[in-house]
Formats: sequence, structure tokens, C-alpha cells
Amino acid sequence: MSPQGRERRISDGSRMSASLASLLTGKEIVVCCGSGGVGKTSVAAALALAAAEHRDGKVLVLTVDPARRLATALGIDGIGNLERRVDPALLAAAGIDARAEVWAAMLDTKQSWDALVLRHTPDAETAYRILHNRLYANLTARFVQSHDYIAVERLYELHSSGTYDLIIVDTPPTRNAVDFLDAPQRMAEFFGGRLLRWLTLPYRVGGTRGARMLNVASRPFYQIADRLIGSKFLEEIANFFLNFQSMYEGFVTRSGAVERLLRDRRTTFAVVTTLEAAPLREAEDFCRELLARDLHLGALVCNRVLPDYFVVPEVVSAARDLGARADDLGGEVSAAFGADREALADAGAVARVLHTVARSFRDFSLVGAQEHQLRADLSRVPDVTVTVPMRSSDVADVVGLAWIARRLLGAEDRAVDDDGVASDGIGA
Amino acid sequence: MGPEPGWLEQRLLFFTGKGGTGKSTIAAATALLAAQHGRRVLLVDVDAKGSCARLLEHDDVGYAPVVVQPGVSAMAMDTERSLREYLKLHLRVPVVGRIGPLARAFEFVATAAPGVKEILTIGKIVWEVREAIEGRADHDIVIVDAAASGHVVAQLAAPQTIRDLADVGPLRAQTDWMLELLSDGAITSVNIVTTPEEMPVAETIELVDRIRTETQVHLGAIVVNRVLPELFTRRDEVTFDALRDEPIVAQLAGAVGPGVGAVLAGARLAVTLRRTRAEHLDRLRAAVTSPLLFVPYQFGGQQGVRTTRRIAESLGEELGL
Repeated sequence: MSPQGRERRISDGSRMSASLASLLTGKEIVVCCGSGGVGKTSVAAALALAAAEHRDGKVLVLTVDPARRLATALGIDGIGNLERRVDPALLAAAGIDARAEVWAAMLDTKQSWDALVLRHTPDAETAYRILHNRLYANLTARFVQSHDYIAVERLYELHSSGTYDLIIVDTPPTRNAVDFLDAPQRMAEFFGGRLLRWLTLPYRVGGTRGARMLNVASRPFYQIADRLIGSKFLEEIANFFLNFQSMYEGFVTRSGAVERLLRDRRTTFAVVTTLEAAPLREAEDFCRELLARDLHLGALVCNRVLPDYFVVPEVVSAARDLGARADDLGGEVSAAFGADREALADAGAVARVLHTVARSFRDFSLVGAQEHQLRADLSRVPDVTVTVPMRSSDVADVVGLAWIARRLLGAEDRAVDDDGVASDGIGA
Repeated sequence: MGPEPGWLEQRLLFFTGKGGTGKSTIAAATALLAAQHGRRVLLVDVDAKGSCARLLEHDDVGYAPVVVQPGVSAMAMDTERSLREYLKLHLRVPVVGRIGPLARAFEFVATAAPGVKEILTIGKIVWEVREAIEGRADHDIVIVDAAASGHVVAQLAAPQTIRDLADVGPLRAQTDWMLELLSDGAITSVNIVTTPEEMPVAETIELVDRIRTETQVHLGAIVVNRVLPELFTRRDEVTFDALRDEPIVAQLAGAVGPGVGAVLAGARLAVTLRRTRAEHLDRLRAAVTSPLLFVPYQFGGQQGVRTTRRIAESLGEELGL
């Protein structure tokens, strides 16, 4: 496990957070990926805030499926594909010293697909026929890869518009993260060449009658498909793809451009994970894939990590002693303070609370130790690895995002370490 | 508070939910629980990773069911294999060798055409249920680690979709008995796994609505996973807060060392986490009428059969078994 190339073990924290800042200033696109439920969207938005403190110009965060409250906080709730500037007053109030403008947008899959069809079809009539086909709705809504593809496609469009200096993009939940990387290629294949021509052949040479002129290779397929789904449905499918084929050239060219953008030196990937076994396994797989494809693995963000004190030996031993001596300590505390404070008058109640505190600490310590071990076991990590501690509530506003942004940049908030509670007044 | 008696007496249990909530774990735990109560289980992993079996300490499984724990067989869904099996069984099409090169073309159509891939998934599952009911199978109950909330509705509604689209053909004919089994609440239920957090709860509420309106499948239980324990009674919490005052912390530090401040902070974090999550649970309770089953957070529990077993025990307690 010796460090080799750009893979190395986690090391000094301050140096790493400095590199995250340089990543955010040196790149034009940051793609955030990771498995579902790790807080990808919040991290992407927080990265935009962090970037705004370190560079000029315009920073855009493109989110895919933000929590309602987060979307509202960013001012993008229910506005489709439009980009909105995040109110600078909100940023300032959250303690963000923004040099850049922060913009936010949501990905509207349907709208983006429609725009793509309109761009690539030769005439309005073909566009109309595609947009109003029920298979089209199915393809764009249910074909999981289509979400991946449209996300990179939209990213490409925003980037090539030249409006933004940095775009941070959140990725759709995928069955596995690699699907996202393969999306442009797969889309090109899906709509591409031979297969589609082959499928639509009998219909191109004369509607249903053409079905009788099948060549030897495709006949068995048609026989099976016909027996399965009926010839009428099959014809509908073929007709749809006939229309779709008119977009083929534009589509494949575009897919190539989109893929090149992901490979471009100006693009980097940030893998987001929690320190739980399953998401971490997926994050490691993804890091491996990025390196294997020679893509730029910029940062690993370990999100929602328990505070360090759960594994600090001095604290662990204090918790153990507290539990072991709870009965005595309950009596002592009650004797010393009970007269002045009603809540501490009952020695039995104080002892019971101390027992509970010690037990809860032991429970969380188990998780903390496990997280610590999982992090230590990471064999291949990028140069930049940052840890964002767990917050006691979901991120629902710009203040919460600013809190994450500060952690991403490596700020150690002592209030967190001492209180275990985020400094945004959650404990109140 | 549990679902109506006989949750495990049903023939087909789907488990879905937002990614990351632990639906595979809950499906695997339910399989163990059912097996412990004498049911022979077929556990189906629909997302085709086959890794559901890992939660039962077994290597990834394929399409052919493999015994992974006593009383539990597991398989991974594979729509191409399902198609072959279907053609062989129902159409007597001699394609076993020849469909290989056609698979890509079929995959292509199945991807785009509404309901085709879904019907191959759901069809295989429901077929296994029918085999069980008619006593021809090695299992009594089919437990499905189903697709995540985004895709499960399309699967559950596939027989109807096919009905609406394909006016004739053998596939349409098959939808009758599928719908009959799927819509029978004594046989089939779909269960949603969630966690007491904002996004999973929001997705659950939305999914409940979609299942009601877009499918005919009976909604079973909502399994709330990773529930943190309540540390204090209201009165004890007042005592706890009083303990965090500086002079008292100083006295405790004198007794057990300066680390005690962080120990108290840890308990405060636990209390706050529990409280924020309780708000999300309230929102869930207000929005749905389905029975809720609570599964406690597994402190330090690694993924594996031991944790799965512990979760099965909690589920059993919740069900009063």
C-alpha cells in the first residue's frame, strides 16, 4: 500500500484543505458524485459557497433533486431549468465573504430533453411527432440512463454558454456511479447506427407490409417480439425510432463533445461519501474507475462524520469512569449543587442521567471507532480528502451550507468540538 | 401498531425506498424472520447486483436461486434470463440458443418500450408466487428487494401498462393472472423502507401517494430504519441540561478527567439528533395511515448476517412475534 502516483493515504489536514481551495479556483467544472443519501446535493451547494470566497466571477451550482427546503433556500424551487442568483445578502448573513456571484439551478429532466429534441430535429414537424409520442415520455422519464445523460448534456450547454467561471454539478442517483461516466457513450450507442437501422428496417421499406421482407438475421427477433407484444405495438416502437433517427448525427456529435468535456483538464470529480460500509465501497469503486479512465479525481469528501471526540482516548476513558462511578458522582453533584438547583436535588436522578450519558457515549463511540477504521482502511484516495462532521439537523438554509463550506475549507470550529452541536443554534 | 396480522403469511412482499435507507437490509432481515417462523423464503434482488445475499453472509447470487441461509434461497433478477424462461415456458419458442445475438436488440426495445422490461421482472416474481401457491415451488413466500422509489411504481404498474399498450398478444393475456395476484392484499403488499430524515420521509410520502393512485398493489408497512433511542424523559433532560453548567462540569472533570466535557457534548448531540428526527417522523405520521415499524439504529453494527439477524429480531418484536 505504498503511495504511488497521485494516490496516497490521508495525511495532514491543513495542506489538503488548501488544495480544495486551489481545486475550486483552478478548475471550471466540479462533478460531485456518490451513492444516494450521502448528502451530495448539500455538499455541491456548499462547494459553490466555498468557491465564491476564493475566486471572482460567477459560480453556478447545478442540482438534480434538491430537498424542497434547500431548493427554497437557494431560490430555485419550482422554476424549472432557470438559473437564479443566490441573494448576496443571504450569503453575507451566513458569514460567506463572497467575491464571486453564486448562482443556482435545478435540472428539469423533461425540459432539458425537449430542448435537446428541438435542437437536433431537422424540422418542426418531426420534433412535434417525437415530443408527442408516448414512447418518448417513457424513454425520458423512466430510462434511468437518460437522467445521467441529460445531466451531462445540460452541464455541457451551461459550460459552453461561457456564462460561468465555475460550475459545480450534483449528479442524479445512479444504480452505480460508473453509469454516469458511461452515459454519453451509451446514449450514442442507443440511438446510434446499426441496431436502430436494423430494428426500423422493415418499416422503412413500406410500413407493415415491409415486415414480410425481413432478412434472415432479424426475422427471429421479429417473430419473438410479435408474439410477445403484438405487431401493432412493435410498429409504433419502430415508427418512433424512425423519427428519432433524424436526430442521429446531431446526437452522436453532441455525445462526443459531452464526453470530451468530462475528460477535459478543466473538469474534476469530487466523490462524496459517508463513512458507512456500503456508500464507502461504492465511493472507492468510483475512485478506481476515475483513475482507470484517466479522469481527474479531485477530492474525496467524507460527509456526516461523527465528531472526533468519540474516539479520543482521554474522552473515552472519562466516559467509562463516568458510567462506573455514576452512583457516587450523582450523590456528590447533588450534595454540592442540589440546594441551589432544583434539577440536581435528586441524587438518584442525577446518577441515572450520568449512566445514560455514559451509555450513549459508548454507543456512539462504537460508530465513531468504526468510521475511524473505515477511513484508515481507505487505500486509494485523492490528494484532497476532507471531512465534514455530522450536523444534528438537515441542511435547510444558506447558513447550514455555509457551515459545511467552512468545514470543506478545513476550518476547525472549536464550538463544534466542545459542544458537539453545530454552531447555528441547534442546541437551543 | 404493526401491520395487520399475517404480514409474513402473505406470499409476496416488496421492499422499496429511497437509496441509502437500508431497504436491502430490511428485505434480508424480513427473509430471516420469515424463515425463523417456518416459512420457506425466496429472496429476490431486483437491482441485479445480487449483493443482497452479502447481508446474509453469502457471495453474490445469480438468476438461479441458491440457498444462502437455512430456509432462505436468494436470486438476482435478470430480464434476459427471465425472457428466455418465459419464451420456453409459455410460447414454446425454441430460442434458447438463438436469442443470444438477439438479446441486444431486445434490450434496446425493452429499454424504450413502456413496461416491457418491467413486466419481465414482475412477471418472473409473480410467476414464482403462483408456483408457491400451487405447491410446485421450494418456497412459500417471495420477498423482493425491489427497485428504489424512483422506479418501483413502473414495475408494480407494469401489467396495467402492458394491458393499455399491447391490445393483443400472449403478453397481454398473461397480465390477467398477474394483476389478480398483485392486487390481492392477502397475497401481496409493497412495503416502504425509510429513515427519519428529511429526504427519505418526503420521498416516502410521495411514494405512498403514487402507489395508491398508479398501482393496484396493497400498501403494507412503512419500516422506519435507524431510529435513535430516546435518552431521557422530559424530567431527566432538565437534569441533564443542568449538569452541563460550568461549575458542575468542572466538578465532574475533577472526578473523571477533562474529557467529561466532550462526553456531555456527545450526549447532547444524541439528544438533538433524536429530536430533529422525531420532527420528520411526526411529518410522516401526519401524512400516512400505513402502520409504521420501527427498527433501532445499529450502533457499530457492520453489514453482515449478525446485524441482519439483530434487525430481524427488532422487526419480530415490532410485529409482536
